Amino acid sequence: MTAPEELLELAVKVAGWARDGEQVEAFVAQGSETEIRVFGGEVESLSSAQSAGIGVRVVVGTRQGFAYAGTLDPDVVAETLAEARDNAGFATPDEWVGLASPDGVAPADIDLWRDDLDSYASADKVTRALELEAAVRAGDPRIRQVESAEWGDAAVASAVATSTGITATSRRTACYVSAYAIAGEGSDTQTGGGYSVGRAPGDLDDAKAAHDAVERATRLLGATKPPSAHLTVVLEPRITASLLSILAGTLDGESVLKGRSLFADRLGETVSVPGLTLVDDPTDPDAYGATRYDAEGLATRRNVLVAGGVLQQFLYNTYAARRAGTASTGSAVRAGYKSGPGTGARALTVLPGTLSPQEIYALVGDGLLVQSVSGLHSGVNPVSGDFSVGAEGVMIRGGALAEPVREFTIASSIQRMLQGVVAIGSDLERLPAAAAGVTLAISDLSLSGS
Amino acid sequence: MIEEPVVTRVLGAALRTGGDFAEVFAEDRRGTAARLDDGRVEDMSSGRERGAGIRVIVGDTTGFAHTADLSESGLLAAAEAAAAAAHQGGGGTREVALKRVSAPAPYQVTQYPEDVTKATKVELLHRADEAARTVGGAIRQVSATYGDSRRRILVANSEGTLATDDQVKTRFAISCVAAGDTGMQTGRESIGLTVGFELFDRYDIEELARAAAQRALTKLAARPAPSGTLPVVIKAGSGGVLFHEACGHGLEADHIFKDSSVFAGRMGELVASPLVTLVDDGTMGPEWGALAVDDEGHPTGRNVLIENGRLTEYMWDGLRARKQGRTSTGNGRRESYQHLPMVRMTNTFVTNGAEDPEEIVRQTPNGVYVAQLGGGQVNTATGDFVFGMTEAYLIENGRITEPLRDANLIGNGPEVLRNIDVIGNDFDMGWPGTCGKQGQGVPVGDGQPTLRVSALTVGGTAR
Repeated sequence: MTAPEELLELAVKVAGWARDGEQVEAFVAQGSETEIRVFGGEVESLSSAQSAGIGVRVVVGTRQGFAYAGTLDPDVVAETLAEARDNAGFATPDEWVGLASPDGVAPADIDLWRDDLDSYASADKVTRALELEAAVRAGDPRIRQVESAEWGDAAVASAVATSTGITATSRRTACYVSAYAIAGEGSDTQTGGGYSVGRAPGDLDDAKAAHDAVERATRLLGATKPPSAHLTVVLEPRITASLLSILAGTLDGESVLKGRSLFADRLGETVSVPGLTLVDDPTDPDAYGATRYDAEGLATRRNVLVAGGVLQQFLYNTYAARRAGTASTGSAVRAGYKSGPGTGARALTVLPGTLSPQEIYALVGDGLLVQSVSGLHSGVNPVSGDFSVGAEGVMIRGGALAEPVREFTIASSIQRMLQGVVAIGSDLERLPAAAAGVTLAISDLSLSGS
Repeated sequence: MIEEPVVTRVLGAALRTGGDFAEVFAEDRRGTAARLDDGRVEDMSSGRERGAGIRVIVGDTTGFAHTADLSESGLLAAAEAAAAAAHQGGGGTREVALKRVSAPAPYQVTQYPEDVTKATKVELLHRADEAARTVGGAIRQVSATYGDSRRRILVANSEGTLATDDQVKTRFAISCVAAGDTGMQTGRESIGLTVGFELFDRYDIEELARAAAQRALTKLAARPAPSGTLPVVIKAGSGGVLFHEACGHGLEADHIFKDSSVFAGRMGELVASPLVTLVDDGTMGPEWGALAVDDEGHPTGRNVLIENGRLTEYMWDGLRARKQGRTSTGNGRRESYQHLPMVRMTNTFVTNGAEDPEEIVRQTPNGVYVAQLGGGQVNTATGDFVFGMTEAYLIENGRITEPLRDANLIGNGPEVLRNIDVIGNDFDMGWPGTCGKQGQGVPVGDGQPTLRVSALTVGGTAR
């Protein structure tokens, strides 16, 4: 693994190639990944990957171009800059384009790198994946198959430099174990997954991953299609996290500027129940998406989006901020070196409440616990706010979990769901995603079933 | 991309410590993308990636490593890493004699993307933007994207396969936001084929843009979709994704092997209405999922998966086929050289039936007419799947009436296949799709004639 300082050296060099009247940004990233899948007590596949690449953004006057290459080969790097410069000639002039400049905000003092992961032997990773599979299989006699048991890890280093004075480096490690179980009883088949994520091998709770996969698959055995109804729905933390990720798209400054956000005109207004506070905090070292710098090299910061139900602010990268007449919130994100910086949340969470899941079931009385959803990309329209997803879960009756249900949808709108939150759990769960989740109860959703 | 003698030496190195199979997959991909949003071409971007993935199989274990370094030393290092990953075997040397695979290209490209100026590509975006905005003042936002890619691959393996392919794809999409008293709505159109810039000889960009804008405008008047189980008529070429999700994934041999498909062990059985014949066809040029050879160097084919309702074939990649002692169906695909291949669909479609599509609607007293489906998702083990409708209408007394807001539909694959009670004679292919599986996206096509499912659960909110 190359030290981030060496990546920065390359980025600075490329940024230094800016001509008069030009701004140049180089984003250089390098990563290594391992993925081990086991099946039937054998290693099914072991992949080890090293990747490196550069993304170059050039602003010529009021036009911007971008190019990338999946290598750090010096000739290709020079070509990539030339290509980005050429591409700029085809963009429409836009007075707001421009790279970030240092804004004086100091990065959080967090270390997201663990040497333990780097030195963890492949053989140990294989053993853990095999033991995870065995634990799931042994977890319940009704586990018919472990479709997959996996170990995965990644170590990523990156650097950004611009001709406008930005220099930033970051590096982080992450690892996970995950299992997907198939439970069967008679002709009935149900599935469930469990996982654990962390930065170092010691952070992972393999037993919990196994337990979750077993419990989720087996508790759905015997599930039937429920009759259509309107009811209170309790979302498990991982479902809440998915919902927050969609919500994040509507709170992105660029969507707001372009008239694509359903919250565009609602700054300072009440958008949810008063008990709800929504924060994006990539400076929290425990958040999976934590980082010291954003994708343009500005320090990340804690952004409160909704406080006590009132919409406080949107997330901005440099471009969107200039256009909106405000400052970047350090929220530039990019999908690796292959794309230029967009805007987005990295570590979104609802501030946890005080109730345990069981207390929430008791409070709800009669309703539905949702343990998985499907079709988030096909049934949720973040522009109109329409929300409709397939779901599986367990009915709540008399304040306790009752019979399992499947093959139905739950529907509402994002706007109504925020106003319908009736309880917020204390059970903050970290997920391998840009949002963390808590148990959330929301009233009056439409269940479509038989 | 790589000289043949180098390929031979790398395969030799991959098997130096023993192993049953070794493979080199090299890829050189270039692409251009341009995006117009808010009246401006914001981004013109281009990229290049090249590298090789090396796979070594020892017993049931696959070792895999990849490198962006296509020099002999880079490839040898990756070969050793893949071999180490696949465990150490007995040792010994293997000579590999390579034999070139010949497979006809599904389509002859006439206008390579690199021969078209960037200005010409960008011009399309402006034309689409202008056309969409003429449809009405309620159109508040338009975004359009152009993309092309040229992907050259070389695959060689220790069984002697040597195959190359040159895959050119071009796509265009437009998306509009309309605003009215009822809030905002969206409308989209998308085209994409395994062709070069001649894509735009086949389609009228302005017409597509107006259609997308009209879709958004129409939805401003949409009422909430019904909630409950209803007959659903799906317009030709709009809903192939239904079959992709309802049974396509469940017919992939990896799911069959792991017993994680509701279609495992059902070969030869009636798994669908006898009206249904389902085909996966990688040779179907110039469709979006077409390719001459798959990413394991196997020629693609026309594979009939379900014939008159009876299950006739699964889709196979080399790994599963070898275990089963049969040949691959040419469905081994991967997103890039950084990924392991697995069983994937190509162009998946239901063949024509006999009924007049208008008659299908007339004979549906009440239900939902879906004019455009979005994406979907399936749990292959249970067969439960969802897919989203992005343009839909109520059917009342055999007539298409009011537009409906977006919602997901949910069903169980085998049940839905049995519940297809009429199929039209107006086959058409649908929008270009990207199918995601285990984190890898590959281009796929789908298609179907107008058809009716007698009962599907519509996930709306109407009371």
